Amino acid sequence: MKIELTPQQASDKAAFRAFVDNHIVPHADRFDRQQSIPSSLIKKIGKQGYLGLSLPVQHGGDGKDMITLGLLHEEVGRACSSVRSLLTVHGMVAQSILRWGSGLLKERWLTRLARGEIIGAYGLTEPNVGSDAQSIESKAERFRDFYVLNGHKKWISFGQLADVFLIFAQCEGKPTAFLVERNSPGFSIKPISGMLGTRAAMLAELHMNDCRIPKENLVGREGFGFSHILPVTLDFGRYSVAWGCVGIAQGCFEACIRYTGERKQFGSYLKDYQLIRKMITDMITNIKAARLLCLQAGYYKDVGDPRTLTETLIAKYFASTMVTRVANNAVQIHGAQGCSSEYSVQRYLRDAKVMEIIEGSTQLLEVSIAQYECQNMALA
Amino acid sequence: MDEAKEKIKAYFARLFRNTDLKDDTDIFASGFVNSLMAMQLVMFVEKEFDITIENEDLDLKNFNSINAITGLIKRRAAVRV
Repeated sequence: MKIELTPQQASDKAAFRAFVDNHIVPHADRFDRQQSIPSSLIKKIGKQGYLGLSLPVQHGGDGKDMITLGLLHEEVGRACSSVRSLLTVHGMVAQSILRWGSGLLKERWLTRLARGEIIGAYGLTEPNVGSDAQSIESKAERFRDFYVLNGHKKWISFGQLADVFLIFAQCEGKPTAFLVERNSPGFSIKPISGMLGTRAAMLAELHMNDCRIPKENLVGREGFGFSHILPVTLDFGRYSVAWGCVGIAQGCFEACIRYTGERKQFGSYLKDYQLIRKMITDMITNIKAARLLCLQAGYYKDVGDPRTLTETLIAKYFASTMVTRVANNAVQIHGAQGCSSEYSVQRYLRDAKVMEIIEGSTQLLEVSIAQYECQNMALA
Repeated sequence: MDEAKEKIKAYFARLFRNTDLKDDTDIFASGFVNSLMAMQLVMFVEKEFDITIENEDLDLKNFNSINAITGLIKRRAAVRV
């Protein structure tokens, strides 16, 4: 057994870090204040191949393994969770098409998504529906050559600028997934601002009022929205968020190492005080543990092992709960500076809190992991 | 002996212990299967039998019993060959 990145993975990680340090780190606090990501950065990210990193080469992607994808999400998450959210939701849409899209859908959408020529966003959550996804109220009605959708989605990351949305709706009582293009008749968006964290993720409400889409925009089959399309997308989303949490925590840790090496109180540097060292030790061990869980989940994905589904839940649960503690301590270490918008740690704390809510809340995971792992033990 | 069927039976036997699952028992109608299981089953079948479940295979008739799943595996394996 060898727990080590391959030379290619290590090289890719270094390249991701260099790109992020150059193009995202210097601007992330400004993105947060402005509550938006400039399209110029999204284009750069697309040009780097980061929006299709794990998509097959035949579909315009880079064909990288899932561990490499995780490393990208960690590095981007280290700089800016809002930008990392773009990779998440865009990737969820692409994965749904890759796994369950018809040949026509794959041909029409995948290469453009892989190259970042169009942006995808994920439309599951509704005003009355969060964790209880099965109770979605959006409806789809089938006609001969088209569907008509009615409903309202909320808290949709990058809803303000996405070109295509993966929408879940009840089609004659059966949960079904559809692709809805931004310019579809009857489709409109309303921006959301003032969020606690990932403020630059450009959230929106989506309104579908007799929204008409071609019948070819069905993803998978009617009735398989929750059993097959949803798990694929949520698995990707949770995996991305787990790695993103490792990134936030790593960002907190690096900020604390810098700060405690510069700041003196009572004549000594903060890093020399035992209680500060305890907090740093907790950060280091939690980050390493979370990263190992993410690597395990990624390894299982790369070898097609079904255990990846629960390992990803575990990685997300651990990473998102530990990053809230790490970010809390990072602010504590920075003192008043940590509460100021002049320092990034306050943004990390706000972003960390959001990670415990999205892609499966902490409480949902606490219930699910025990249930699913007991099931897995039966299969071992 | 039908190797594919025996593997699927063994998979479900481990999952649904103390349950007498017949080859034609409707596992979805019986409430045995949750959303994680549905996706795990797809991944298990793909890895175990080196096949790919495609968009056009998404039909309850392909997944709702041991017989149905075995039939799907055989059809997909024939396509692969």
